[in-house]
Amino acid sequence: MDTESTYSGYSHYSGRSRGSHRHGERSRDRHKSRSKDSRSEKSVTINTPPAEPLLGDSTARSEQAQDDNWGETTTAITGTSEHSLSQEDIVRITKDLEDSVGLDCRRYFTRAVAVILGLLVFLTPLAFLTLPHILWPEKLQSCGTACEGLFISVAFKLLILLLAVWALYFRPARAGLPRVFVFRVLLAVLVFLLVVSYWLFYSVRILDSQDTNYQGVVQYAVSLVDALLFIHYLAVVLLELRQLQPCYSVCVTRSTDGATRHYNLGQLSIQRAALAVVENYYSDFPIHNPALLSASKSRAAKHLAGLKVYNVDGPGNNTSAGLVQSQSRAMIAAAARRRDTSHNELYYEEAEHERRVRKRKARLVVAVEEAFTHIKRMQDEEQKKAPGDVMDPREAAQAIFPSMARALQKYLRTTKQQHCHSMESIQQHLAFCITNNMTPKAFLESFLTPGPSLQYSRDHWRARQWTLVSEASVTSGLKDGTTFLLKCVDFSLVATSKKIPYIQMSEEYIDPKSHKFVLRLQSETSV
Amino acid sequence: MSFVPGQPVTAVVQRIEIQKLRQGDKLILGFSIGGGIDQDPGQNPFSEDKTDKGIYVTRISPGGPADVANLRMGDKIMQVNGWDMTMVTHDQARKKLTKQKEDVVRLLITRKSLEETVRLQLKSMLS
Repeated sequence: MDTESTYSGYSHYSGRSRGSHRHGERSRDRHKSRSKDSRSEKSVTINTPPAEPLLGDSTARSEQAQDDNWGETTTAITGTSEHSLSQEDIVRITKDLEDSVGLDCRRYFTRAVAVILGLLVFLTPLAFLTLPHILWPEKLQSCGTACEGLFISVAFKLLILLLAVWALYFRPARAGLPRVFVFRVLLAVLVFLLVVSYWLFYSVRILDSQDTNYQGVVQYAVSLVDALLFIHYLAVVLLELRQLQPCYSVCVTRSTDGATRHYNLGQLSIQRAALAVVENYYSDFPIHNPALLSASKSRAAKHLAGLKVYNVDGPGNNTSAGLVQSQSRAMIAAAARRRDTSHNELYYEEAEHERRVRKRKARLVVAVEEAFTHIKRMQDEEQKKAPGDVMDPREAAQAIFPSMARALQKYLRTTKQQHCHSMESIQQHLAFCITNNMTPKAFLESFLTPGPSLQYSRDHWRARQWTLVSEASVTSGLKDGTTFLLKCVDFSLVATSKKIPYIQMSEEYIDPKSHKFVLRLQSETSV
Repeated sequence: MSFVPGQPVTAVVQRIEIQKLRQGDKLILGFSIGGGIDQDPGQNPFSEDKTDKGIYVTRISPGGPADVANLRMGDKIMQVNGWDMTMVTHDQARKKLTKQKEDVVRLLITRKSLEETVRLQLKSMLS
């Protein structure tokens, strides 16, 4: 019951915000846009309740305005909130979000806009040059040498523009962001306005009046291509260069186990900063292992397990809210009075676990070292001599794997990592290590320390769906103190940004000859 | 015993006469000195003012001539046979004390307790 109320604030607003997205454009401003590689794409769906507090149910709170202890019950009550939804509604909405027609439509729409804009941009100069020849060929002045030189200029500039656009925009999409990319839209609009204004001028002053000065027309076309190149320069600066200078330090914490990292980001919008954080998450954070959290949960359960609350006054006397409240307060008081020895258990349990892990690790290291001594890389000359019993890396791995399998499995079980490594992946890793002449220690490194998520098999990190939760609009820029949440299925990442302070550096010159020393004498002479 | 650079030093001094003792072919006095204007005054354990670069008695060999003459450890030597010891280097002080031609040295030394003794005496005399 409790989980429904925490969703209630969000799902209601997500329905509203989805509608607005269908009209929002996210157009690429140039040529045929990057082909979306949906396999590696992580789509981030918007979920911003406008001007709502990040956590807590304000509606539930307002209905208990008379209750002085509302702080203890903020996330509890269903049924009293007018925004609550049942579990089936949640499932339906998430299914809608996943295979919604709206998102696909948006993607095709933006791609179509980008293609149209690109074609417009590239064909316009050519059209400017050829239309006079088509429409009034007899009146046209012949093209002199300077004019023909300009043809070469137009050709090369268009080629450079084509290459530049290819370099900047023909990259596979990294992610799908919830809101439009403001800079891209601005640039697309700018390009469109530029081209439209050039066409207007051209149609009024040249087509209508059928200007005979062809060199002027060619120069006009060259100026358009120049302007387009400058807009491309502006695009490079806005899209690529501006965020390179680090401006904010973002501290990212994983909610389940507190792993924290800090990143330096430049001036980005919140959604782009979130994307940078997610991409860094995959390579920096150790893999999320839910098995390691079960110990604290069981301890938490044991704290209140010994207590049971009986309602002596009989039913109907209190409202459900009051009953839950008094129950929890009674439990807190009783737990405080009880002599709790769980810290003692924790200490000894951890010491015992440590000892066990170290013992298993020692056995594992010895087993692996011994296994690695059984195979030897064959030299090229020997290869011709003894063709029998020669194995390729995979077979070699399979041959030595059984001798270390048991020790490895026991170690993985003790450190609760057994679900991260499948038999197949271990053998693959072993074959890889053998091929590259790695030592047993190098082979074991991936098992002894939990690595980043990228290290494990793809289903651990493939096609992750992340939800960005933010109080400020996601297209607004990062500021000092901005907080946003990136929710995943198992955990969430909490990110806080702080401004990197302005550094005032002054210089001090030291003359190399100024380094002089004297001895500290304290001699004592007997006379 | 603190001094202000440039101002004359005033102190209550005691006259001590030490007869040198012949040991082998050397005449010794039986004490050790420390300090001097070329030394580090901060290391002096006996001085009140740690910028005082005067010559101090750092050790008295028991039973030696200095001990017999009532020289005490921590005394500051102001004059040796008329030669000033307040602004000399360590080596100059040593030389003045170990002149082999002289077999007696007359020292003017000062110590903190001297001032107090004199003051007490004056008080008792006046009252």
